Amino acid sequence: MSIDAVIKKIQDNFGAKVLKIYKKNERRAYIDIYSKDVVDFTRYIFKDMGLRFNIASAVDDFNTMEILYHFSDDPSGVVISIRAVIKDKKDPHIDTITTVTKSAWWIEREMHELFGIEFDGNEDLRPLLLPDDWPRGVYPLRKSFVVPKRDSRKS
Amino acid sequence: MSHKAHVPIGPYHPLQEEPEFYKLVVEGEKVVDVDVRIGWNHRGIEKLSESKSFDQSIFIVERICGICSSSHPIACVQAVEDIADIEVPERALYIRSIVQELERLHSHMLWVGLAGHFIGYNTVFMWGWKYREPICDIMETVTGNRQNYAMMKVGGVRRDIEKGHISYILKRLDEFTKHLDLLKGAILDDPVLHARLKGVGILTKEKAIDYAALGPTARASGVDIDVRRDHPYAAYDRVKWKVITQEAGDVFAKTVVRILEMYESVSIIRQCLDKMPAGPIDSKPKDVLPGEGIGLVEAPRGECFHYIKSDGTNSPLRHKVRAPTYMNFPTFRETVINQTVSDATIILAAIDPCYCCTERMFIVDNKDKELFGVQELIRLSQEKTLKLKEKMGVK
Repeated sequence: MSIDAVIKKIQDNFGAKVLKIYKKNERRAYIDIYSKDVVDFTRYIFKDMGLRFNIASAVDDFNTMEILYHFSDDPSGVVISIRAVIKDKKDPHIDTITTVTKSAWWIEREMHELFGIEFDGNEDLRPLLLPDDWPRGVYPLRKSFVVPKRDSRKS
Repeated sequence: MSHKAHVPIGPYHPLQEEPEFYKLVVEGEKVVDVDVRIGWNHRGIEKLSESKSFDQSIFIVERICGICSSSHPIACVQAVEDIADIEVPERALYIRSIVQELERLHSHMLWVGLAGHFIGYNTVFMWGWKYREPICDIMETVTGNRQNYAMMKVGGVRRDIEKGHISYILKRLDEFTKHLDLLKGAILDDPVLHARLKGVGILTKEKAIDYAALGPTARASGVDIDVRRDHPYAAYDRVKWKVITQEAGDVFAKTVVRILEMYESVSIIRQCLDKMPAGPIDSKPKDVLPGEGIGLVEAPRGECFHYIKSDGTNSPLRHKVRAPTYMNFPTFRETVINQTVSDATIILAAIDPCYCCTERMFIVDNKDKELFGVQELIRLSQEKTLKLKEKMGVK
């Protein structure tokens, strides 16, 4: 499948649910969607089209929170990134995709603790990376988090 | 009534990076559940990278792992090159491939050695680590360092391979191949190892796809993926080589994949040295425009993924790093459960995580407060091999 065929397949299947398509070059494309449709898109792309789930990456874009779900079509060397924008930055919610693929198990836990995003339907959102005594409600990868300066006089 | 004991493994070992903590729940000899906790060495590199310039972040990601210290920088520079459509000179692409394959060789050798130790084949351990030395020597010749090579930069590489060094590299590679033949024979033709490793810790193809397993872990389960072929980068599409796959999905298949892959790596290095054109090694790019970029690299353990978002300033707005072990780890849940404790060591080691985790194992029996050290678990694994040998009448 060429990149145009991959994009067309997604477009044909979802129609108006696809908000914007940005084909960066012959190997990369970004597709914007509503955050509520993320499970449908993942199911179609991962299960029906058989693309591999690379990883998801959350981005704090100052005003909104967005999650990019990267899928790669290995036979053609194409990476498609699905961008779900979460408008409510104070209390970001999105549905879990662990019901579709187990490979998202850890990354959702990670985004939950580093960005404070709630994944509805994911029962296992225990901390993965941060220490056990990390204060609650402090999310280090948000832009509002400033790394505290280390006082060099203290050992 | 069954008695369930918890086996905590980890998290610290001062010699290796990446400590992890596993909790195995065992019933008698059988493992019934696994839980894993990572993050003891979480250094906030993604956050740190947001405060550095694009040139500096390459050096930060280089220090994520001492073994994959060329995979992360290549993925990182490729992500930046993807944002700004930066051209890389032909010669630099070949040098990138050479450094990457040297890294794969030394990493796979390291794994073969440690895997041998875990099952009581200390000769393999000694050989593996001894014969890895020529590769580290070549690395030093090519890059100036045995580890943390500092070779990559956006738009090219930082050091050229001198003409005079090529004959030396080829000579040391010949040396290495001879030893590799020896090692291959010792491992793949040994009936005890067949009996010990076949059918142990099977990851089925379906599960490998569902967990999105990567690299040798996936290829040993019949998933035919390799970033070098599928998402061609550096000079991999300019040389001839093949992707090694196996169908069984057990520890033995993973061993076979890694050993045969080393031959491919040697062949890639030779071809690259032969075909490498003369010319500049750096296109000296000036600006990074706003945009997004993805860099993919086949690290020794699987695909290494870097996503960088730039807002037009000198440093990334977001830098996401996903190392291959991150995807391979959760497959434990499928491979370790219902296996015996004596096999847990080698199954955990089979995906080639960093070894700190498997080095520091101890059993705590809640009831009797028994304590066994890591040595004890490795002894259990080694004893199993000895028993097998006796049964098979092999000395």
